[in-house]
Amino acid sequence: MKLSRVEVEHVALLARLQLSEGEVELYTEQLNSILGYAEMLQKLDTDQVPPTAHAVQLYNVLREDEVKPSMSQEKVLQNAPDQEDGFFRVPRIV
Amino acid sequence: MILLKSLEALHHMLIGKEISSVELTRTYLNHITVADPSVKAFLSVTADTALAQAADADRKIANGEKLGPLEGIPMAMKDNMCTSGIATTCGSKILKNFVPPYDATVTERLQAAGAVLAGKVNMDEFAMGSSTENSGYHPTANPWDLERVPGGSSGGSAACVAAREVPFALGSDTGGSIRQPAAFCGVVGLKPTYGLVSRYGLVAFASSLDQIGPLTTSVRDNAMVLNAIAGHDPKDSTSVPYATPDYTQFLENNVKGLKIGVPDEYFAAGLDPRVADVIKRAIKTFEDLGAIVESCSLPHTEYAMPAYYIIAPAECSSNLARYDGVRYGYRAETEDMITMFKRTREEGFGQEVKRRIMLGTYALSSGYYDAYYLKAQKVRTLIKQDFDNAFNQYDILLSPTTPTTAYTMGEKSDPLAMYMGDVYTIPVNLAGLPGISIPAGFIDGLPVGMQLISKHFGEGTLYRAAYTFEQNTTYHQEIPALVKEVC
Repeated sequence: MKLSRVEVEHVALLARLQLSEGEVELYTEQLNSILGYAEMLQKLDTDQVPPTAHAVQLYNVLREDEVKPSMSQEKVLQNAPDQEDGFFRVPRIV
Repeated sequence: MILLKSLEALHHMLIGKEISSVELTRTYLNHITVADPSVKAFLSVTADTALAQAADADRKIANGEKLGPLEGIPMAMKDNMCTSGIATTCGSKILKNFVPPYDATVTERLQAAGAVLAGKVNMDEFAMGSSTENSGYHPTANPWDLERVPGGSSGGSAACVAAREVPFALGSDTGGSIRQPAAFCGVVGLKPTYGLVSRYGLVAFASSLDQIGPLTTSVRDNAMVLNAIAGHDPKDSTSVPYATPDYTQFLENNVKGLKIGVPDEYFAAGLDPRVADVIKRAIKTFEDLGAIVESCSLPHTEYAMPAYYIIAPAECSSNLARYDGVRYGYRAETEDMITMFKRTREEGFGQEVKRRIMLGTYALSSGYYDAYYLKAQKVRTLIKQDFDNAFNQYDILLSPTTPTTAYTMGEKSDPLAMYMGDVYTIPVNLAGLPGISIPAGFIDGLPVGMQLISKHFGEGTLYRAAYTFEQNTTYHQEIPALVKEVC
């Protein structure tokens, strides 16, 4: 599997990263090198192997659905780059 | 000399009124101003709040109240753990102005224990890297040789402890980020069992692998810090409801009959033969002390690295999607939303972080999920099984922590070459096991770390073995020249 420049540009869009020309070139080369290395995983037969989701056995945690205090609106907005009337303010979407 | 005292000794000095917490804190803050211009471990020094916390401890002492073992003693935290009202940058420009409105659970617990926060320390951006050169602010130097890296990503935590700028620090470990810098800086670093220490308020990198742990100058100090931070936390759904023991009870100078496995695969190509020699001498020490040492095999070891470099970037690409310039962190001002996202992330993230987001996004993208991510998670099962089999026979496994000693800054410019340094630490994270790195010797004045691994919740066994080795060797008593000068 070889990753093309076009695919790298597509992945950058999915990841919402604006890449420069130089970065597209660099990442195409580096991702191919890292993925080439990861190709060795294909040597292992894992058809009968279940995937690991948790390294340590976990159990469902159940509790009563009770209202508990949460962070105040003021605190939630404290780090907002822009805000208005208690909302996060962003550029026009539609 | 106060800077070389153990936590226990400092505690006794405080309750014996030989020194006040304010005096102790000032001593360390002064040493930071002397040492840190060359080590550069700190991103922020919180002198005012530290002195206020110290004054609280002194009031308790004056009132004759009982003092906890860490109370009134300074420490540092890696800058990816949230500290309410104190900037938490995660070593990234994207969080340059982020001031958390809440405390991480570890912050809360250290505060409850009365430990004094001296400051927040440097790291590779978002904990991605093995040298602390990938910090968005500045690189940190290795106190043993200022031209060399301290390791990473908890390079600031390891360097500040090695330079005796604080008696202990917290780091986080996703693929070796506590153990590798501990090895490079000649200190003790523990990565606990996954789920033993709460991750609530730890800025997420790869959630199934991340774990917080202590870095200290001795094994006893390490156990004392773990006592303060371990334990179930309802705010972290992966926190394990495990009744934590007092870890200092395991500090017994005795390894008679302890069964130690030495994995052949950890001594393969890529290991500096001088490091191998140091570890072989350490094995001999364990044998002389009555441990039963045998070689063993973890046959899937070579697949751990490629599996990790799919799983960790995949989880990172998902976790770091939250940095979009909307709710907190840096925002690039633009006319439309999509451009705002793209430019915010382009300008806010550094190279290594972007590389891993790209890699992870690709590995999770439509058509490639099965081939990369699912495959890697299956291989992870095989790696876990290797360890399960080994722990049917052995109490602990022993290996070098890293293939080499600390390298010079700028030496590893190729990402893959840098990743290879984590070859012995990564499998431990994939299996969720506890691992500790302790000083095991020196090569040309640079520390060598030995890694001990145990089964889930086997921290006590690790501490017993590590303590016994420490009590019968003198490597942990060596100090860097820059500390000697002030002592």
